[in-house]
Amino acid sequence: MPAGFSALDFYYILPELLLTGGAMVVLLLAVLTPRNDNLLLGVSLGTLVASVLSVSLFSGLDVTAARGLLAVDSFAAFFKFIVLLSAGLTMLMSAPYLRVEGLKAGEYYFLILCATLGMMFMASGVDLITLFIGLETMAVSFYILAGFLKPNPRSNEAAVKYFLLGAFSLGVLLYGMSLVYGATGTTSLQGIAVALSGQSPSMVIVLAVVLIGAGMGFKIAAVPFHMWAPDVYEGAPTPVTAFLSVGSKAASFAMLLRIFVEALPAVAADWSALFWVLAVLTMTLGNIAALTQSNLKRMLAYSSIAHAGYLLIGVVVGTERGVASMLVYLGVYLFMQLGAFAIVVAMRRSDVVGDELKDLGGLFRRSPAAAFMMLLFMLSLGGIPPTAGFMGKVWLFGAAVDAGFVWLAVIAVANSAVSLYYYLRVVVFMWMHEDAQPGSPLVFGPAMTVALGIAILGTVVFGIYPQLLFEQAQAAAGTLEGFSATVALR
Amino acid sequence: MLDAYIPVLLFVLVAIGFAIFTLMVSSLVQSSRYNRVKLEPYECGIEPVTDARDRYSVRYYLIAMLFVIFDVETVFMFPWAVIMDELALFGLIEMLVFLFILVLGYVYAWRKGALEWA
Repeated sequence: MPAGFSALDFYYILPELLLTGGAMVVLLLAVLTPRNDNLLLGVSLGTLVASVLSVSLFSGLDVTAARGLLAVDSFAAFFKFIVLLSAGLTMLMSAPYLRVEGLKAGEYYFLILCATLGMMFMASGVDLITLFIGLETMAVSFYILAGFLKPNPRSNEAAVKYFLLGAFSLGVLLYGMSLVYGATGTTSLQGIAVALSGQSPSMVIVLAVVLIGAGMGFKIAAVPFHMWAPDVYEGAPTPVTAFLSVGSKAASFAMLLRIFVEALPAVAADWSALFWVLAVLTMTLGNIAALTQSNLKRMLAYSSIAHAGYLLIGVVVGTERGVASMLVYLGVYLFMQLGAFAIVVAMRRSDVVGDELKDLGGLFRRSPAAAFMMLLFMLSLGGIPPTAGFMGKVWLFGAAVDAGFVWLAVIAVANSAVSLYYYLRVVVFMWMHEDAQPGSPLVFGPAMTVALGIAILGTVVFGIYPQLLFEQAQAAAGTLEGFSATVALR
Repeated sequence: MLDAYIPVLLFVLVAIGFAIFTLMVSSLVQSSRYNRVKLEPYECGIEPVTDARDRYSVRYYLIAMLFVIFDVETVFMFPWAVIMDELALFGLIEMLVFLFILVLGYVYAWRKGALEWA
């Protein structure tokens, strides 16, 4: 074996190796037994479960592997759990959707697994190159997934838009990374932090911060880099939209935290100010634009932009408490956002597209169960107690106040109040509006029931008993390096 | 800090100057006699038979993409072959894993009928 590598390195990437192997099996099965959807779903879910189990093998570890390219720590593990869980829920809710749309299941699950693989490397990479390759793996899979409804022009538009803008933003990101490499001579996050410590930051590094911030801002759909999000979210197949708004966002936040907190604590004052502006713009514009949407997927897209704004508060605060509460919020957001999308997926039947707000008209009378579940997710997204969304917001805004960002917290709370209008509008449609075209009745198959069950469980349990999630987030944030330097600068 | 970039500026100026100078000199000394052969798209090459703006099969793209994949594979194998002694058995296994994944994609493309021209 070449110097610096050992058998242990392969042990440490076991979750990723399992995922790669599973994806290859799924691709082979896709051509051998293309019509056996249940088998394909089973193998894909089995792969995810095996990966989850192998991630938990490393709990409590805090080491780097593969010549310092990857970190195996609680931070990576936390994000891997989030990513794998959101991939699993996405697959479960995809099963009925693929049948209705007549899509090929094999390639679909294969691409979801590939995207998940990329996200896992984004969570554990501690080198600019590893992070970039992870991001690229994820992005390329999503470009194809966004256009998976081949005969649908809107889906094609989504794929082309996402591809062109995504490629451009990756270029901007890479430019920023190359400037960092030029200034420090290393791509290792630890090495960059060491090279930058103890000297006044040069213009090059500040420019790099702006470029990397813009590139990552695109991935998390932060204003003013959010233009692609509504169109792509609306055009892409609904489960893909769900995965895009949760998995992709979580992994991008992991990468953003790694780069800025671990590698660039020397310019923390600069990027903290940058993200302050981005956070305020993102939550305000996202919420205001969501007010007038008549398409459910588009509304959820703007709402997810607004949530990215809330999440950015954690980055602005930049302390261990800030990051921990951000992780809590991501964990909570996973359940409520995927739950809301699962209902939209269930609304898609052979004779109804069902992603317009008016399609929800009188849903309470036709399918009370679906209406009550949607009510729960909407309340949670709006941040009403005793749902998990409330707990997430309390921790996040509390962290901002704690660190002295009172105005940021005030703006965020005002924004949450605004957001209640459009979340409750959905409820008004379901209960008070006249019936929409009935179409065939809503059916919840076994896979969909499991997905919704997990989403509800998460939304309710973490609303009443957030302790479990909070402890995990605290431990995860603790393993992120670079906080001491951040605090010392202030 | 900007002082360090003066050579770059000089380099850019020289590059622009060189281009302008060459164009001017050639326009002064060249002889311009146009005839039929000169105005063809490819002065020395196969004569075009039809207009280039024509519809052609999308399969060209498919074949081109497959070609690029296997082309890059070969590019990846060259540096490995050069230092094979150093990488020894570990390098061989790594390369076999890489080829295995690639063959898997090949099998997929084959079974999907991407290689059939019809």
